[in-house]
Amino acid sequence: MTFAGWLTIFLFAAILTALAMPLGSYMAKVYTGRRVFLSPIFSGPERFLYVILRVDPKREQDWKSYAKSLLIFSLAGWLLLYVILRTQNAFFVPHGLNPLGYHSAPWNVTFNTTSSFLTNTNWQYYGGETTMSYLSQMIGLTVQNWLSGGVGIVVAVALIRGIIGRSGKSLGNFWQDLVRTVLYVLTPISVIGALVLVSQGVIQNFTTYLTAHTVTGLTQSIAMGPVASQEVIKMLNTNGGGFFNVNSAHPFENPTAFTNLFEMLLVLIIPAALVFTYGRMTGNRRQGYAIYSAMMLMFLGAAIVAYIAEAHGSPAQHAAGLHTHVISGSTGGNMEGKEQRFGIAGSALFDVVTTVTSCGAVNSAIESFTGIGGAVPMANLSASEVIFGGVGTGLYSMLLYVLLAVFIGGLMVGRTPEWLGKKLEAREIKLAGLGILITPLAALFCTAMATASHAGRASISELGKGPQGFSETFYAYLSQANNNGSAFAGYTGFIQPNAGNVGSHGVTFADLLGGFDMLFARYAPILFALAVAGALAGKRVTPAGLGTMRTDNPTFVVLLIGVIILVGALTFFPALLLGPVVQGLTGHLY
Amino acid sequence: MRRDIVTSVIGIVVLTVLIGLVYPLVITGVSQVAFPGNANGQKVYVNGKLVGSKIIGQSFKSPVIGKNGKPEEKEEELVTEADPSYFQSRPSATEGGAYNAAASTFSNRGPNDKATKEADEENIKEYLELNKPYDTGLTTAQVPVDAVNTSGSNLDPEISQANAWVQAHRIAAKRQLSLAVVDGLISKYTDSRGLGFSGEKGVNVLELNLALDRLTKGTP
Repeated sequence: MTFAGWLTIFLFAAILTALAMPLGSYMAKVYTGRRVFLSPIFSGPERFLYVILRVDPKREQDWKSYAKSLLIFSLAGWLLLYVILRTQNAFFVPHGLNPLGYHSAPWNVTFNTTSSFLTNTNWQYYGGETTMSYLSQMIGLTVQNWLSGGVGIVVAVALIRGIIGRSGKSLGNFWQDLVRTVLYVLTPISVIGALVLVSQGVIQNFTTYLTAHTVTGLTQSIAMGPVASQEVIKMLNTNGGGFFNVNSAHPFENPTAFTNLFEMLLVLIIPAALVFTYGRMTGNRRQGYAIYSAMMLMFLGAAIVAYIAEAHGSPAQHAAGLHTHVISGSTGGNMEGKEQRFGIAGSALFDVVTTVTSCGAVNSAIESFTGIGGAVPMANLSASEVIFGGVGTGLYSMLLYVLLAVFIGGLMVGRTPEWLGKKLEAREIKLAGLGILITPLAALFCTAMATASHAGRASISELGKGPQGFSETFYAYLSQANNNGSAFAGYTGFIQPNAGNVGSHGVTFADLLGGFDMLFARYAPILFALAVAGALAGKRVTPAGLGTMRTDNPTFVVLLIGVIILVGALTFFPALLLGPVVQGLTGHLY
Repeated sequence: MRRDIVTSVIGIVVLTVLIGLVYPLVITGVSQVAFPGNANGQKVYVNGKLVGSKIIGQSFKSPVIGKNGKPEEKEEELVTEADPSYFQSRPSATEGGAYNAAASTFSNRGPNDKATKEADEENIKEYLELNKPYDTGLTTAQVPVDAVNTSGSNLDPEISQANAWVQAHRIAAKRQLSLAVVDGLISKYTDSRGLGFSGEKGVNVLELNLALDRLTKGTP
C-alpha cells in the first residue's frame, strides 16, 4: 500500500461529493419543471419531441399508468434491439459499418444480450471486438445504454414524487421525465465527456482493423471503432458493457490513470447526485445528506478492504516465490489481471465503484482478485446495489430500505412509523419488503439451479476448480440479478471458435437463465417501487411530533446501515462462505 | 394502451436515430477534426511503415526460424523467443499469440489456482534466464510482479519502472550503451500519475524501444 494509493481513494470521494451536490440541485430543478441554464438550448428540442412522440406532458399519470408506459416502451426497445443484433450481417447493413463481416450471435446469446442491455445490466457473454459490428454497437447497444439508464432515473424521480406528494395520485408523466432526462442530463455530460475521453486517447473512428508490422518481425492486428461515444454513456448510465471484451482494462477504452479517475467519476456522479436531488425535492436537504452519509461510509469501507486485500498479493503468487510488497519502482501486490497504469489502488477502487453501482465495468480481472478482494464486489452486490447503486435504481432501492428502517425503528420505540409526515402502513411495508427481497431471491434461485444441474455446471471455466467454480457461478447470477454485469469472466454462455461468430453457439441454459434472471430482477422491483410511490402519494401529511423518529440524523444513518447489512448478510452469508471466504481463509491451491 | 404503443414505437425509432446515429457521428466528426491522432489510435510509423499503436502493448519477441527456413509453428501459433536487445513487455495470454489486439481477453487466473502458480513460475524462470546473466544478483524475490503476472487487457503498453531497471542491464550490454543512458531513456518514457496522484507510473515499452533503435541503429 502506498500513500498515493490511499490519497486516490479519499480524494476521489471528496471530488465526487463536490461535483454531485450541484448536479443534484440542477436535476431537482429539471424534474420540478423549473428553468435551468440549459433551458434556452433544450426547451425547443424538448417541445419538438413532445409533438413527434404525440405526448401531452401535462397529462398526469398515476402509478399504474406510469408503469404501463414504462413497460410498453421497454418492450418496444427489447424487440428493436433483438432485431438489430440478429440482422447485423443482413444485406441492408453497409459494409463500412460491419467491416469484418461479422455474423449475428446465436439466438440464445442474443436473447441474453438484449435482455442485458434493456435492463441496464450489460452482462456480456460475447467479446465486443470479435462479435459485434460497429452498427450494432451504435444503434443497438449505445441506444439502450442511454435509455435503460434513463428509465432507471425516472423511476427514482417518480418514487420521490410519491413520497412528497401532497394530494392525489399523480407521479408525473413518464414521457416527459424520460425526454427531460435524455436532453437535460445525459446529453450535455455525454457530449463533453466523450470529447474529454478522446482528448486523452480513447479512439473514435470507423476504420477497419489495423495491421501493424512490429520491429521484431511479428504482425499485430488492432481493433478499431467508434469507442468514445459508447464509452462515456456506458460509464455515466452505470451500464458497463464494454466496446471491447476486456472493457475498461483496454487501453483504447481507458488509456490513462486520468481517464480511469474520470470514468469512475462518471459512474458515480448521477447516483450520488440523485441523493441530493431527493433531499432538495423533499424540501429538507438533510434527508439527502443522511442517505448520502450511509452510502459513502459503506463505499469507503468496501474500498479500504479491497485495497488492503489486493496490495497483500495472492496465495498463488506467494507459492511461486514472488514478493508482493512495495519496492522502489513497483507497488507489488496482486498484479495478475491488473494494468500497470492503474496500479493496485486504481484497480481496487474502480472495482468497488462499479460494483456498488450497477455499472459492472471492469478495469482489471475480477476473477483474478484475491479471495477477500473478490468477496468485496460480491458483498457490494449482496447489498442489492443500494450503496449509490445504479442510476435511479440505487436511489429507489435505497428508499425502500429507508422505509424498512423507519418501520423497524418505529417498532423498536413502539410508535406508529412515520416517514416525512406520512404514516407507514401494512401495504407499503409489504410492497417494500417484496421489492427488497426479489433480487436476492432471483440471485440465489438461479445460483442453486446452475450449481445443481449438469447443464449449469457446463458454463464453469476450466480454471474454475474448487471454490473458484462456485464463485464464478454465484457471481454470474448475483451480478445479473443486480443488473450489474461485471463477471468472474471465466463463466461462459457463448462458445465462439472463431472471431466473427462463424460456427459459434450459445450455452442455452446459462443464456436463458441469466436472461430471465435480469428481466425479472429489473422489472419486478420497478413495479414494487412504483406501487409504493402510488400508495404513499395519496397519504395526508401530519406535522412531526415529539415522538416522531427523525430520518435525517446520525442515529438513523447507523440504523439504515444496520438494516442493509443485516438483510444482505442473512440472505447471502452461506453462499459467500462457500466461495470467496473459503479462498480468503486458506492458502490452499486447487 | 394504444396511445402508449404508438408513442413507444415512434419514440424508440426517433431516439435510435438521434442517439444511435446523429450522436456518434457528431462525436466522430468533432474528434477527427480536434484530435485526429488520438481518435485514430495513436499510430506509430517507422520509415512510413505502421509498427503499432503507442497505447496498445505489443510483443518484442521474434519468430523462431525452423530447420526448413520457415517460422516454426506450434498449435497454429508462431513459436517466438524474446529478442534480448529490446525491453520485453509483460506476459500476455491472448489467443492466437501474445498481444493479439483484435481479440482482447482476460487470463482469468484465480488467486488460489495451481495453474496460476505454475504460470507465474514459468514466467519467473523465463525472466531470470533472460536477465540474470546481465544482472547477476537477481533472485526470484526481486522479480517485479508486473514482469510475470499477465495484465487485465493482456495488451498493457507499460511495464513498471522496477521491471525496466532490471532489464536495463541487459539492454545496456546488448546495445553497448552505458547503464546511465538507458536509465535516462527509461525516465524519459515513464508516464506520470494522473493529476499527480492517481494510478501508477509506467514505462511505455514501444516508445522506449523505438528510442533505443534511433540511438543505436540510426532509424528515424
